[in-house]
Amino acid sequence: MKRFWCFFFMFWPIVAFVLCWIAPDMGWWFPSNGPTGMKAASPIGERIDDLYYMILYITTATFVGTQVALGYVLFKGAAMTDEGNEQKVWYSHGSHNLEVIWTIVPACILLFIALYQMDVVKEVRVKSAFPAETKGGTVAIAEVTARQFEWRIRYPGIGPDGKKLPLMPKPQPTDLYTVNDLRVPTGEPSMIILQSGDVQHAFFLPELRVKQDAVPGLDIPVWFEASKSGDYTLLCAELCGWGHYKMKAKLVAQPEADHMEFMRQLTVQQNYDGVPEATNEVAQGEE
Amino acid sequence: MSTVNPAIGTDAGQGHAEEHGHGHGHEHHGSFISTYVFSTDHKMIGKQFLITTLLMLMVGGALALGVRWQLAFRWEAMPFFGMLFKAEGGQISPEFYTMLVTMHASVMIFLVIIPILAGAFGNFLIPLMIGADDMAFPILNMLSYWFMWPAIFCFGASFFCAGYGAAGGWTTYPLLSALYEAAPGSGAAQTFWLFGLTFVGFSSMMGSINYMTTIINMRAPGMTLFRMPLTIWAMFITAILQSFALPVLTAAGFMLVSDRMLGTTFFIPGGIVVNDNDPTVGGGQTLLWQHLFWFYSHPAVYIMLLPAMGMVSDMLACMSRKPIFGYKPMVYSMAAIAGLGFIVWGHHMFTSGMNPALGMTFMVSTVMIALPSAVKVFNWIGTMWGGRLQFNTVMLNCIAFVSMFIVGGLSGIFMAAVPVDIYIHDTYFIVAHFHYVLFGATLFGCFGGIQFWFPKMYGRMMNEKLGKLHFFLTFIGFNGTFFPMHLLGVAGMPRRYADPYLHPYLEHLLPMNQFMTICAILMGCAQFILLFNFFYSRKFGPTCGRNPWNANGLEWTAPSPPGHGNFESVPICFRGPYEYSDPNHTEDFWLQTDQPVKKAGDNPPPSAAH
Repeated sequence: MKRFWCFFFMFWPIVAFVLCWIAPDMGWWFPSNGPTGMKAASPIGERIDDLYYMILYITTATFVGTQVALGYVLFKGAAMTDEGNEQKVWYSHGSHNLEVIWTIVPACILLFIALYQMDVVKEVRVKSAFPAETKGGTVAIAEVTARQFEWRIRYPGIGPDGKKLPLMPKPQPTDLYTVNDLRVPTGEPSMIILQSGDVQHAFFLPELRVKQDAVPGLDIPVWFEASKSGDYTLLCAELCGWGHYKMKAKLVAQPEADHMEFMRQLTVQQNYDGVPEATNEVAQGEE
Repeated sequence: MSTVNPAIGTDAGQGHAEEHGHGHGHEHHGSFISTYVFSTDHKMIGKQFLITTLLMLMVGGALALGVRWQLAFRWEAMPFFGMLFKAEGGQISPEFYTMLVTMHASVMIFLVIIPILAGAFGNFLIPLMIGADDMAFPILNMLSYWFMWPAIFCFGASFFCAGYGAAGGWTTYPLLSALYEAAPGSGAAQTFWLFGLTFVGFSSMMGSINYMTTIINMRAPGMTLFRMPLTIWAMFITAILQSFALPVLTAAGFMLVSDRMLGTTFFIPGGIVVNDNDPTVGGGQTLLWQHLFWFYSHPAVYIMLLPAMGMVSDMLACMSRKPIFGYKPMVYSMAAIAGLGFIVWGHHMFTSGMNPALGMTFMVSTVMIALPSAVKVFNWIGTMWGGRLQFNTVMLNCIAFVSMFIVGGLSGIFMAAVPVDIYIHDTYFIVAHFHYVLFGATLFGCFGGIQFWFPKMYGRMMNEKLGKLHFFLTFIGFNGTFFPMHLLGVAGMPRRYADPYLHPYLEHLLPMNQFMTICAILMGCAQFILLFNFFYSRKFGPTCGRNPWNANGLEWTAPSPPGHGNFESVPICFRGPYEYSDPNHTEDFWLQTDQPVKKAGDNPPPSAAH
């Protein structure tokens, strides 16, 4: 029976290992519905994945090592109680050298892991290190307000010169609005200002590896870059009430021209006063 | 065959006081009420805590099954438990689901894990293991148990308020928890919840003061600090953690109650409109709650783990018939975990929008807290290395503890790294991690501890076959339920979603969730074996002597069960608690109270480490 338990304790780490090994093929890995498949859909997301894999390799090595050691100890310890085994128990209170080794080595590895993350943390979070396009975290393309249970998005309007106006902290008459539909240009960093209208929410783009809480009373700048055009999932990741699960929205990344076109159409839609105008070229082509 | 055989081992090594048989134990002048209800005897209080928490474990488990049911068979009427919420049609509505999630966590953390470790094992073991006749403050000790009941009442009353219970998550982040209108469960249910939390806090605080005082002042002669069993070290460090961290949570709880009831705005910013109500007025900060809450609740994670680490160390040494490997490093690493535990709370807030420089600091301290945990794992494996392992229920649970703790510890490194945490924060990866630590480690440690100290509690052995069956099913059910959660987390499935499959990128995870739910049901059913074994063995288990496991600690020199005052005479402690298989000694264990025999070439009484 004791051998059975040894095998029992060795069996499950093998199952766990195999499960993780086949997981990417079985679709139990990073979300793969988006335009980029299982690969992160943003440059910084790819670097986050790299960091993830680095930690995964280190922890897998540790996991395998400790489980093998455990297995060895168990089988050896089980053999000690076999009939006729005269071997004496190893009477030891420990080893100073071993303790020093297995304190210093993991300490170095852990410190390396921690310090190795710093660059990405800085680029994702520290305003002064934001990409040049956001001008140090001052130029946002939209204001996203999370509320129970939807995402309200406010874009700056289009000026007479056909270019986007700057996003003002307070709503302007020229502003454009969408709900649950965030539009950004592809291939360039875009920054949004994240707010909450009621309780706490979290802005989560799984395919882009972006997550930031929307905290009531705070305006939080979040930047990201979609490397490929297409629809991405946007959802809430912080418990915000009964409808938490249904704050379903999309992030649509479009080439710059299409993005501007969408903004123009949005302007026309929003200014539409109910009176059909034959001269309005843009409105004609629409749905 | 095995060295630890309860049937044979009962009278072995009882060098003294054999005539104290069973039966002397219970008798204690006093009425039924003062013996069994308002008892000031630490052993009775410990047992009261143990039985209460085991029953609460079943309640918390039932709530968890509700959660699992919805994730596997969404919007289908729940069998059996469904009749408890008939008004809902037996279905789990989204608001009911958020309540289940909240109350499962609250019951498991505040009414099971914390009280079973500190309350049940702490109370029962501390005086026995240090050779004291009772706690330093017996009445305070009694109160610490009886303050659990208002807490249970408040949490229970929460179920009968609108929304069927608090639904703001066990972390109760404002404003969901601060504004009555924010969610169906944010009304009276949330208020009751907060009072329940406060009462649990009172209970824990009274316990910790008692433990610290007892351990410092009431050790038997010869029981120096570095001759204390690691269980006692763990309880001591836990008590310190608790008494320093808890006041912050209590204060925060009162601040939130006053925000809700007295119109203050500690956590409520102005201009917030919830459910078309008037905008709020105020200048509070919701992040303040998160800081205060995690300032307690992160150390609380170690409060929920350290005592189990200590207990497992004791059991592993005994069942390996070997001294603990690196006693002092074990103590120092627990102290390091406790110390670092105070400066890592920010890792729960990496995505909260706090200052990024702060996030980087918390990342380094959080990654480094894995170090003492790693040292402990290495020492546990070192303890088993070359020992005569006894594969009984106690040992199996302890091996499971080590094995599961490795997983829980390693997965912690992922979320300690800010960039990776940005992705996996609030996904099932986190759920997997803390279940591996709190269930995989702590609860398996407790299951082992129940089996190990049950003979001392009731003078009878628990059934070994049932114990192994319970372990087997729980271990399989546990891994089947929680290991796939790592994969769900990597797949980006957020926590606390009543219906994750609404989102196309999660649709294909339904079969996996169904598999997990079946495992969870199996695991839930297996706990009835434990309950049956517990109550059956208490009445019908084979009686045992003082030291059925041939262990070394002072508690094994007292009668089983110990009478009022624990020991017939004050025990004198001559050595550390882990002198198993000493070649200079005839038996493979050496009670702490055994007089050293002077021999030529004898070592001085061994000190504990190195």
